[in-house]
Amino acid sequence: MTQNVDAIVVGGGIHGCSTTLHLCLAGLKPVLIEKDYAGRHASGVNAGGVRQLARHIQEIPLSIRSMGIWEKIKDLLDDDCSFESYGQVLVAENEEELAVCRARVAELNALGFTHEELIDATELRRLVPAVAETCPGGVVSRRDGAANPAQTTTAFRRKAQQLGATVREGVAASNIRYSDGLWHIDVGTETFAAPVLVNAAGAWAGKIAAALGEPVPVETVAPMLMITSRVPHFIDPVVILRGRKLSFKQFSNGTVLIGGGHLATPNQDRNETVLDWKSLAISARTVFELFPVMRGATIVRAWAGIEAKMKDDIPVFGPSSRHKGLYHQFGFSLHGFQLGPGAGAVMAELIVNGGTQTRVGDLGIDRFHPSTL
Amino acid sequence: MTVAPKREDYDVVVIGAGPAGLAAAATSAEAGLTTLLLDENIGPGGQVFRAISSTPVTERSQLGADYWVGADLVQSLRASNAEVIHRATVWSLDRNLDIAVSIGGASAFVKAKRVILATGALERPFPIPGWTLPGVMTAGAAQTMLKSSALVPGGRTVIAGQGPLLWLLAAQILRLGGRIDRILDTTERGNYFAALPHAFAFLTSPYFTKGLAMMREVKAKVQVVSGVTELTAIGDGQLTSVSYAAGGKRETIPADLLLLHQGVVPNVNLAMSADVEHRWDDLQLCWSPVLDASGNSSVAGIAIAGDGAGIGGANAAVVRGRIAARAAVEALAPAVAAKLPAMATLRADLAKAERGRVFLDTLFRPSPQFRIPSGDTIVCRCEEVTAKDVLDSVAIGATGPNQLKAYRRAGMGPCQGRLCGLTVTELMAQARGKTPQEIGYYRLRAPVKPITLAELAAVPKSEADIKAVVRG
Repeated sequence: MTQNVDAIVVGGGIHGCSTTLHLCLAGLKPVLIEKDYAGRHASGVNAGGVRQLARHIQEIPLSIRSMGIWEKIKDLLDDDCSFESYGQVLVAENEEELAVCRARVAELNALGFTHEELIDATELRRLVPAVAETCPGGVVSRRDGAANPAQTTTAFRRKAQQLGATVREGVAASNIRYSDGLWHIDVGTETFAAPVLVNAAGAWAGKIAAALGEPVPVETVAPMLMITSRVPHFIDPVVILRGRKLSFKQFSNGTVLIGGGHLATPNQDRNETVLDWKSLAISARTVFELFPVMRGATIVRAWAGIEAKMKDDIPVFGPSSRHKGLYHQFGFSLHGFQLGPGAGAVMAELIVNGGTQTRVGDLGIDRFHPSTL
Repeated sequence: MTVAPKREDYDVVVIGAGPAGLAAAATSAEAGLTTLLLDENIGPGGQVFRAISSTPVTERSQLGADYWVGADLVQSLRASNAEVIHRATVWSLDRNLDIAVSIGGASAFVKAKRVILATGALERPFPIPGWTLPGVMTAGAAQTMLKSSALVPGGRTVIAGQGPLLWLLAAQILRLGGRIDRILDTTERGNYFAALPHAFAFLTSPYFTKGLAMMREVKAKVQVVSGVTELTAIGDGQLTSVSYAAGGKRETIPADLLLLHQGVVPNVNLAMSADVEHRWDDLQLCWSPVLDASGNSSVAGIAIAGDGAGIGGANAAVVRGRIAARAAVEALAPAVAAKLPAMATLRADLAKAERGRVFLDTLFRPSPQFRIPSGDTIVCRCEEVTAKDVLDSVAIGATGPNQLKAYRRAGMGPCQGRLCGLTVTELMAQARGKTPQEIGYYRLRAPVKPITLAELAAVPKSEADIKAVVRG
């Protein structure tokens, strides 16, 4: 028997869970369908960076909207998500890189964005005492921070469930079809129908979009991370580099997360990734050079999460350009975690109100397919 | 002395130099395949034949005749052309059969056409109240000291648990003049009846007479309490006494050392990190790899032999090693395979070696109360997670061990779940009314054993890296 709901959300990453929750808050009864379990892939195993710093200009409004939610995340979810806000610092390793930073901050300021702040060597050393002496400065975004990604994604799922969302985990959505003004979808032996369908299926979303006649230039990637044993506390903010691929974060328990976007080989049909240790060694060398204090730390684990990366590195977010009632929310290209809370709120506004005050027009799928609606 | 592998590519890489690995490497090398044997210990033997070429224990009867069988295996290996590297810790293996190994603080990468995992067994966790106190250790750790350094306990010593290895260790300690004050046997009384239907096979197995003689030898010298149903290690920062209940009676005895053992389980970490499929074994109560009759796993090119393939003991391990190696020879040098003992012969040997195993597994199936703790008893030692913490996480939505990582960091310490994984699976299964198979296990990741950042930073640069530097 078909169960009628108000909206069907496919994908239990932070985006699908956040959108489901915000639809509940708007008074709708959504169903969330996740083929594995909420946070199984990139949303649960990413670096947890809550970062407005160094974003593409097109997604800055969404990022700022999201930051406001992050700062009150406990009120929203009854779970602090281990969110902490010590800022994120982008380090310039030389004068040329610092010049690029200066130009970037000036560009943002001209557009009215003030969250990124140029810092000199003294302020850099104050924020990140352990950084190599040769670095001349950088950029800070002081409200940024980090959270526990699996805890966060699960907290969104749990809160949505408490507010009445139906959640189906462990069974893939199949046989997506549109008839009589409703989207129908099979989940094992069940069928759900709703006027609204949200495609938030992460690395699997591109296939869904293509099957519905909206192919986009997207690939599946698996950025690698590694974590060390506990070392004495030496750093608070998250650090990223201007020139080389590196992100760096010490947790309160002393462990240090090292990332930066080197890629594993994904096999999304098997939910597997094969790590590339020669690339991880590059990250290790970068840390070795920049943070001498880390040299004796041990690497205890490395992993990679499977996700979607757009050719232009900008997500696909907003209504379909072909189908009424279909919305896309995927392709966050290695930087979707921080956007999750805000994107869910904005998506719910698009669905319920037909529009939003947050500027997201540059993220639409109509950049690939002019709208036929 | 640090010796890096001589080649970058091998026909066969065998990991682990216990009975299975020794047999596999010798067979593979004798057949002319380029063979590398990587082993973490300072010498060959694994746990059962630990220190076989270096033990200070020279009186053969003290360690038993079975121990010295290892010497012959080592002899065959040394006579072959296999390249053998000890103190070599394999920290990564993937489905492309790329292997990362740490030798003397430096890491090297090798590639194999076939990998034979012979990583053996681990002792099953024994999470009783107080098991993390100094003064409580596993019987296996005690046996390691005994074999490599002839060290035996001198203080007030209690041994608790069950299984053939418990009696073997007790006998070895006594023969070397060590002290044992009491043995607390936790074998469940009902298990004797459950095991009865399998007794005939056991009576005709080599374990029977040897096992019986050993138990008699120990019981002549030590007070043995059977039917122990509760066990607690007591002490403030250091073990001072052991409390137990048996047959409705409770007693507390002073102790300086408590040795715990309730059987061994496959060491699955490396295989799981390579995405080899595993299944829950309801009899042995552990994860075992899914293998075909030649030991081939779900990942093409990776075979598993020895106790890592499911607990079978040393004799079975040797045969499984030969079977896996023969399968590799069949695949890589079919012409030579004809000269090796026929697969049918080897499989018959294996059946013989495995006779009596079901009886042992049934008799020594550990009781639920010693596998599934409650309350404040520590489950994950690395992150100090208690049984109650696990249940609290289940209550707020953790459905399996991987979600538990997010809530409690269980299994995220340096041991990667070796000491808590089985406990967590069974505890969550019980709490959620599911089978362990449905609950699953931690997703394990390389490095399977930690390596230093400096060591990783020092690995040879890849082509892409060199290009990146030129470009930058």
